[in-house]
Amino acid sequence: MKRIGVFICHCGINIAGTVDIEKLTSQIKEYPNVVHVENYKYMCSSPGQQLINQQIMDKNLDAVVVAACSPSLHENTFRTSVQRVEMNPYNCEIANIREQCSWVHDDKQIATDKAAKIIKSMVEKTVLDEPLMPITVPVNRKALVIGGGVAGMQAALNIANNGYEVILVERESSIGGHMAMLSETFPTLDCSQCILTPKMVEVDQHPNITLITYSEVVEVSGFVGNFKVKIKQKAKYVDWEKCNGCGDCITECPINTPSEFEQQLGERHAIYRPFPQAVPNKVIVDMDECIQCMVCQVFCPTDAIDFNQKDSIVEQEVGAIVLATGYQLYSLKNLPEYGGGEIEDVIDGLAFERLLSASGPTQGVVKRPSDGKIPQDVVFIQCAGSRDPENHMPYCSRICCMYTAKHAMLYKHRVHQGRAYIFYMDIRSGGKDYEEFVQRVMEEERVVYLRGKVSRLYEEDGKVVVCGTDTLTRRNVEIKADLVVTATPIRPIEDIDQLSKLFKISINQNGFLTEAHPKLRPVESLTSGIYLAGCAQAPRDIPDTVAQASGAASMVCALFSSDQLYHDPIIAGVDEDLCSGCGICVGVCPYSARTLNREKGIVEVNEVLCEACGACSAACPSGAAQQRNFTDIQLKNMVKAILG
Amino acid sequence: MSEQKLKPKVAFYWCASCGGCEEAVVDLAEDILDVVEKIDIVFWPVAMDFKKQDVENYSNGEIAVSFINGAIRTEEQLEMARLLRKKSQLVVAFGSCSHLGGIPGLANLYSREDLFDTYYNKLPSNDNPRKILPLTETETDKGTITLPEIHRTVKALNQVINVDYYLPGCAPPPDLILNAIQAILENNLPPLGSVLAPEKSLCDTCPRKDSKPDKILIKKINRISLTEIPPDKCFLAEGVICMGPATRSGCGERCINANMPCRGCFGPTSAVEDQGAKFLSALTSIIDSEDEQEIKAILDSVIDPTGLFYMYSLASSVKRKYQDFK
Repeated sequence: MKRIGVFICHCGINIAGTVDIEKLTSQIKEYPNVVHVENYKYMCSSPGQQLINQQIMDKNLDAVVVAACSPSLHENTFRTSVQRVEMNPYNCEIANIREQCSWVHDDKQIATDKAAKIIKSMVEKTVLDEPLMPITVPVNRKALVIGGGVAGMQAALNIANNGYEVILVERESSIGGHMAMLSETFPTLDCSQCILTPKMVEVDQHPNITLITYSEVVEVSGFVGNFKVKIKQKAKYVDWEKCNGCGDCITECPINTPSEFEQQLGERHAIYRPFPQAVPNKVIVDMDECIQCMVCQVFCPTDAIDFNQKDSIVEQEVGAIVLATGYQLYSLKNLPEYGGGEIEDVIDGLAFERLLSASGPTQGVVKRPSDGKIPQDVVFIQCAGSRDPENHMPYCSRICCMYTAKHAMLYKHRVHQGRAYIFYMDIRSGGKDYEEFVQRVMEEERVVYLRGKVSRLYEEDGKVVVCGTDTLTRRNVEIKADLVVTATPIRPIEDIDQLSKLFKISINQNGFLTEAHPKLRPVESLTSGIYLAGCAQAPRDIPDTVAQASGAASMVCALFSSDQLYHDPIIAGVDEDLCSGCGICVGVCPYSARTLNREKGIVEVNEVLCEACGACSAACPSGAAQQRNFTDIQLKNMVKAILG
Repeated sequence: MSEQKLKPKVAFYWCASCGGCEEAVVDLAEDILDVVEKIDIVFWPVAMDFKKQDVENYSNGEIAVSFINGAIRTEEQLEMARLLRKKSQLVVAFGSCSHLGGIPGLANLYSREDLFDTYYNKLPSNDNPRKILPLTETETDKGTITLPEIHRTVKALNQVINVDYYLPGCAPPPDLILNAIQAILENNLPPLGSVLAPEKSLCDTCPRKDSKPDKILIKKINRISLTEIPPDKCFLAEGVICMGPATRSGCGERCINANMPCRGCFGPTSAVEDQGAKFLSALTSIIDSEDEQEIKAILDSVIDPTGLFYMYSLASSVKRKYQDFK
């Protein structure tokens, strides 16, 4: 028989206010296997912990049940504490009589009875608890960062500066991401490229960072500390070992095609780099456009053009992964009410950034796409698809209020006589110096803020007629605009589903990667060793992105700080005497922790991969898959204790 | 005759059963002669002329072992089971019906009134214009005649008496019967309450196990009667419901070898309490869809799920009566 001690916490009046502690103590005293019951005002305090440890020694206890608050708060406290008197931490259990009992009841009688049942059921669990030892695994101290935007770069730099190797994979040929496309950043109006390019160069030149651009991760296996990834390097048709970035090939290429980087407002050639400051400063060939006239080959001084290049796969082993895959804008095609992308002078925010950018297609002169005229009336539409659960995206994209204010300000700086109108639902300017910035735009720049939505717009006589409502004056408004700029929602990247499957990270209903805990673990995913940064997780601005990326990097560094990892031993094992190798659990395991060993005729578990979700235990038709210290018998006994 | 007295006394009895378990004893063929050499059969209504009185005459515990097959659904069966328990040192539940309730246990899906009504009134072969139903007592001009009461619930043997061992199967295969008798004779028995069959489930010994894919995921549930399954392919992987993963092995894969999926007659392993629920849990885990509607459609295509998953074990399941399922 196990000798179990039960320690009941008053938690001040948090528990004692609703639960009759003395009565509870006497009720538990008689319960089988319980050899000692004691209560104390604050069990989690130092004297409280000492009291438990003293009794473990005096009464020679095998296990303890602490009846207190939620295990998510103090399980660790007590488990660490009992180790000081050499009790296995897994022989210490928490009976939650606060959140699940005293806090949610008023009736003292009922609450006391319920607390007794909760404690008894925990005693039943404890009776069959086994002492467990943490599982140890070696750590490969090399990180993989996916996405070369500001989030990925920041994470990579932080990890690299801590002395660890980093592989940075970017799907485009240059790092920089969306931030490289921006003109100036709110609220300080720093030139975006001016603050970003030094970082890009630092990434490129950092001895600890291996940059693999124009590539994508196609396969991931392994587990925290020991991931194996396959990276597909897309054919560039240029030998980057030889390419010196002189750009002679670009100048000579006869093909012109709309530039993705310029949001189709400018052109690029078939052989190109996305923008002049590209890092690495190398060119690639767009085979869809290339006519293979070989002019580039003729003009290349280093003989780098190689039309025989093929996609190749490189394999890497890393210990941690940061996902910083960024975002895309919701396409105007999805907004038929705003022209569905058919009206040339209706553009999205990113396109307007390019029109404002000194290095953009118009060298920073605001010219409208249709005829290149300088627009005199510009309408900005906020929430163009955001906060619209019926038709579009239900969420707030967080940055649009600020960038629209910035757009209007920058437009007024460029076109002094111009008139800027902003349709908005509310102004959300929560951020350091953000509200002051918006006030400045309203008051000093004389931008007209109209609270209301635009119902529709159409082209007429070279203008875009915008029909909306100003709900403050309760009047319908019609503006004949030269240019309309929409703040369309921030969406996860197109293939987020594949990414989520590849890395086994869940996504929310809007497609954003899900963090382990919305408040307390915002940069971790639920798969240990995989971290999140930037807009892949949720829409956010640059300061937040950089902060989150640094957070993710510091998690990676913490992981790398020891050469061994400890994995919680509460995993779902296999009873080899029962397992018939039916294999049903193998397909059920979301962490690929289970494999069928055909030779032995049983399923084997990779203990490090197991996250103890219990899916296999539910699925196992023979009862061979049992979660340690949460076995079917334990759960059944617990239920019996509650019902009985 | 003194030698005869030293032989252990053995009783066989049948309750609600089809007679297949009796056949299984006869199936021992010439081996039965060896068995009869070593034991003294003192009660076996199907084969020999013994009366209840004969059993009553034995002192308590005088019979070494009673093998009782069939489920318990009448007062008479209950009475005999209790009597044999009293007179026997060991009671072995013999066959699926005694072990788990078996197919008669499916009667628990209906009320006794419904069963009577169907059986005595509605069946097309019946001619019962006066709607006479069985009664426990009937007055006739020659006096009162009685019938044992039919219970409202069909029960497994261990729901009415203590059972020491279980010989599973519909019917138990001869080798397991011989092993059990051997073990009893040699007093080489596992802990009380054990099922006298291997611990692992049927996949362990299934001749088709090599055809199993690395991950079993199914998109469509196929009925065996409408599907052509190659004789070497895992049924479940082909979408045919096979209870094998949730069923104890030891049957000799008789159904599998006849190209029929396992129906679960050996019951669950020792770690599982409710075979049907466990299999259902396993099946729902391998449905290859993320779409709620699609999952529902796939699962709805299982015809008679209770009859399929609980074919042999309904009476001994956690929810013994269908009324509770509703």
